[in-house]
Amino acid sequence: MTGFIIRRVLSSILVVILTSIFVFVLFFKGLGDSPARNACEKLHNGRCPAPVLASIKHEMGFDKPVATNYAIWAKGIFVGRHNVYSDGKGYNCPAPCLGISQMTSNTVWHDLKTKYPATMTVAVGGASMYLVLGVILGALAARWRGTFADRLLVGGSLIVSSIPYYLVALLAWIYLSLQLKLFPNTGYYPITSNPGKTIAYMALPWLVLGLTNCTSYARFTRGQMVETLNEDFIRTANAKGVRTNTVLFKHALRAAIVPVVTIFGLDFATLLAGTIFTERIFGIDGIGNWSLQALQPPMDINVVSASVLVSAILVVVANLLVDILYSFIDPRVSIA
Amino acid sequence: MSTDTFERADDMAAPANPSDPFLVVEQLTVKFPTHDGLVQAVTDLSYTVERGKTLGIVGESGSGKSVSSMAVLGLHDPKHTRLSGSIRVDGQEVIGAPEERMRKIRGNSIAMIFQDALTALHPFYTVGDQISECYRIHHRVSRGEAKKRAIEMLDRVGIPQANRRVDDYPHQFSGGMRQRAMIAMALVNDPQLLIADEPTTALDVTVQAQILDLLQDLQREFNSAVIIITHDLGVVAELSDTTMVMYGGRAVEYGATREILTHPEMPYTWGLLGSIPEVAGDANTRLIPIPGNPPSLLNPPSGCAFHPRCPHIDKVPGDLCRTTLPDLVPGDRGANHVKRCHLANPSEIYAGEVLPEIAPDLIDPETGEMIPEIAEVDPDEV
Repeated sequence: MTGFIIRRVLSSILVVILTSIFVFVLFFKGLGDSPARNACEKLHNGRCPAPVLASIKHEMGFDKPVATNYAIWAKGIFVGRHNVYSDGKGYNCPAPCLGISQMTSNTVWHDLKTKYPATMTVAVGGASMYLVLGVILGALAARWRGTFADRLLVGGSLIVSSIPYYLVALLAWIYLSLQLKLFPNTGYYPITSNPGKTIAYMALPWLVLGLTNCTSYARFTRGQMVETLNEDFIRTANAKGVRTNTVLFKHALRAAIVPVVTIFGLDFATLLAGTIFTERIFGIDGIGNWSLQALQPPMDINVVSASVLVSAILVVVANLLVDILYSFIDPRVSIA
Repeated sequence: MSTDTFERADDMAAPANPSDPFLVVEQLTVKFPTHDGLVQAVTDLSYTVERGKTLGIVGESGSGKSVSSMAVLGLHDPKHTRLSGSIRVDGQEVIGAPEERMRKIRGNSIAMIFQDALTALHPFYTVGDQISECYRIHHRVSRGEAKKRAIEMLDRVGIPQANRRVDDYPHQFSGGMRQRAMIAMALVNDPQLLIADEPTTALDVTVQAQILDLLQDLQREFNSAVIIITHDLGVVAELSDTTMVMYGGRAVEYGATREILTHPEMPYTWGLLGSIPEVAGDANTRLIPIPGNPPSLLNPPSGCAFHPRCPHIDKVPGDLCRTTLPDLVPGDRGANHVKRCHLANPSEIYAGEVLPEIAPDLIDPETGEMIPEIAEVDPDEV
């Protein structure tokens, strides 16, 4: 078990390093010296004298090879950097240094810490909602398979998943929050200062995320359950005199849930890496919205690289957790 | 299902006479409506099992053996099954009985052992949990007591170090041990009827023998009635008092096991006897398979269901086998041995034509007749 975890952590670190190199090199090469030119034009009112450009390129490291730049960037994450150049000024950037955001002139790490709780709140609430709803609906649909309720669920989930998510979110916000005022306006309030307000303002985003995503979970769980209900051990449970609901929610769901957990781990990681539509439509200041802004020209490379790094780490960690969790839910899987 | 059976279900709530058979199945018919049509899995099946006795049900795959015994426990999904006839357990009607009452019977007074213990046990729960669950459903006991009972049962069926193995998962058991655990689970509530559905099919021969011995010991100990479903006549010979041969969803021969095995009167039973490999016998002896395939239950053959495969069809005058379903009636050997066949002189054909081919060692080489110990079997002795 320990050996397995160590091996997996090492390979996860490798994946994260490779992803960061990939992204860094692509952006560095792809953009050429345009960040330096943008900074130069900004500082000199649209004109950019050659000597100034050359000095800015030097400050930003464009005169050095990409490998050196990556090394400086990567080292900064662990030990911090001094005098980081951004828009004509030098900034101090303590570890973990992910560079300076051009948008805010703060360190990227500072902005990330500020914005992350909002995304986390959206993701945890929304994901719990769709997991629980989806699994329960799917299990019940499997129990009553072939009946009207089952067809309604399967058909309804097809309709919901064929409507783009942002449309559902936008309409829900316009009708339920703006017009009918069933929900207060949405947004993020720190959960530590006023949990009640946080929940009230997050209720609609959670609900929309939960309801739209639960359909695919319901369908998936239903499929797994229908398959499991045909297993021999379900017949054995029935032959023992186990109650129908116990057969369904203990014996069958226990076996059917395993693949659902895998999918959920990856989905949840993606959600944690930023819920762009949700944050944008419901006016939540999280990292999804943040990286979206960073992508608008002039691109804030440091923020983009940081968000890619964060999402890579999250996906890798989620994968690892799913694998470890597997050995707890399926005793036949031994990770030695 | 007629209203008659419903009324009877209530009448029979009174305590049954202990000398009556524990299980009485009368004219049981099981049909499954499918997209392709109505599957007639079991037709007009009647049998009884007494306490302390064993009934062997023999037949090929798809002959309705398992379907009929699942019906005894009411395990068929009522939405996709049509049941008719009567099944009385200890005098109480089971067909049409409310789910709540069936649940009290399942695993308690009637328990079932399934064929492949690896798939029949839940992979994610320990063997002990699964046995105690079965005990706790039918007894108000604490978890600790149930676990103690599980250990006791595992020990009883011969699992070494039962108090340690009780926390193992099914995949950590060997095939034979899994089947023992399955038996322990079935016996945990001292059932009065044990249905063993091919309990040894997935096991190798030495383990098979151990499991059969175990079943026999336990039956003596608990005086339960046993139904053993198998396609192996050797198992039947070893365990059962009475034997029913099934073909195409119907009983085709029924009587005392010794009688059925020594004086079979139905060509299908002859075929089954001819296709048993002899473990200790000459390796060059050829098995005599039954030609053809089991009949489709969706579209069963006309007349006798076995006629397309029957090598003796020319001995029956006219087109009787193709047109008319033979009744299950006594043949040459008395009222307790019934068979479903049009042949007028089955004993003669068996002794004269079939036996020399499938078991020449049972024929006296001088007289050309059956050896006396086979010939002198009393058809009525169980």
